[in-house]
This record gives sequence, C-alpha cells and structure tokens, in this order.
Amino acid sequence: MSSEAQAVSSETQQTVSAAPAAVPATKSMSIIVTKGSLDWAYPPFILATTAAAMGLPVTMFFTFYGLPLLLKKLDLKLTAAGNPAMKMPMMGAHMGLPNILTAIPGIDAACSKMMKNLMNKKGVASIEDLRELAVEADVRLIACQMTMDLFEYELDDMIDGPELGGAATYIECATQSDINLFI
Amino acid sequence: MADHTLDAKGLNCPLPILKARKALKEVPTGGTLEILATDPGAVADFQAFCRQTGNELLEHSVDDSVYRFLIKHTAA
Repeated sequence: MSSEAQAVSSETQQTVSAAPAAVPATKSMSIIVTKGSLDWAYPPFILATTAAAMGLPVTMFFTFYGLPLLLKKLDLKLTAAGNPAMKMPMMGAHMGLPNILTAIPGIDAACSKMMKNLMNKKGVASIEDLRELAVEADVRLIACQMTMDLFEYELDDMIDGPELGGAATYIECATQSDINLFI
Repeated sequence: MADHTLDAKGLNCPLPILKARKALKEVPTGGTLEILATDPGAVADFQAFCRQTGNELLEHSVDDSVYRFLIKHTAA
C-alpha cells in the first residue's frame, strides 16, 4: 500500500517537474461539481483555478446540475427560495427574501441580476472568466456521460476542452489525487 | 525596483493570485514581481501561494489601503 502510494507520488512529482515553471508541489486535486446555480458555481471554479495556479494538477468532474456549467453559453441564476442565509447588502442593512416572495415570477432573474451587479462592483470574477482561466491553466474537465444522456446534451453543446467519462474515470482520478472535493 | 509590476487593485479573490501566477511566467527566474492589491485577503493568500509554489515573498506592506507584495521568481 505504502509503496504504491510512493509510486503514485513520485509519478506525480515527475509530471510536475516536467511541466514548465515547475514547482515543488507534488499534490493534486479533484472536484466533483454537482450544482449549477450562480452561487454554487463559484467554489469549484475558484478552488480549481487557484490550485492550478499553485502548481497542482486539477481535475473537475461535472455531473448532474453541474454539467450545464460546461455549456458554451452560460446564463447562471440563483434562487433565494429555501435559502435563509442569502441576505444582500442594501442601503446599509442586509436584506433577505421571505420564501413566499420567492414565488413571484421574475424574482429569481432579478435576484440573479442583483448578485451579478454586486459581484462586478466588488471585483469578483464572473464564472465565464474563471472557467476560461481554468481551461487556460490546463484543468482537466470531465463531462459525466450518464448526465449527458439523461439531460440530452451533446459534446457540441459544450465549450472546447471537456472529455467524456463516467464514475470509473473519476474514481481512477480520485485514487491518484491528494485532495478530493465534492461540491 | 521590481522587474515587473502587476496592478491587481479592485480585484477580489482569487483574481490577484491567478493574475500573479500568469505575470510570474513572464518574469525570468531570479527576477522580481511587484503586485499591488486592495483585497485584504491577499495578505494571507500570497504567503500561502509562495510557500506552496516555492517562490520567495521578499516583502509585503500596506500603504493607504493598497497592499504591496514583492515576489522573487525562485521556483525552477
């Protein structure tokens, strides 16, 4: 077991030291991305791009509602429904939205727009930008084949870069990664 | 004086780090990169970034809410 682990670790080290601008880091990371709302799209893309910037080989596995984050055109939205923690800074206070009001038609679009404006004002990157940075940093993107079939997506609908894979593809990657996250 | 300067003022996490990583690629080994940022989280993050990547954080300071980092590109 330990010799196997060592073998994996020295393999990783070789990959890393062979890369340009090599770093002493020998760790690697994988993230399962299962959610595709505007707010939930941030943690996986922030962590993936940052880990890649710190020299870690990173793999993102997009499944279920995370899969649409690979679509060419993103129109991400969020909902305040069932989310009592969502309070936006407004006029010096923090305003939440009672569940009953979240049923108003157009309220999700309005909340999403407010959130995007707020993020822009605060210098937070858009998901489109972070995704592009992830691709640039050679983050490995895997689109879950089963979800592609289930929701009837084609690889042509997606940005350039993702490969297709299933649970076994991910598990193989996870056994070789030091950090495995499910988001 | 630094070899390169990156203005990351107004950018929030993780953009200063991501842009610094890109900028470092343009700095020859042994050269220095100066980063200006307004994100207070950058203080802890640039220290962690340098520890992890093997680059050297020569100095960091703050002046009028602008954080300044000087990184020496030491990673091979």
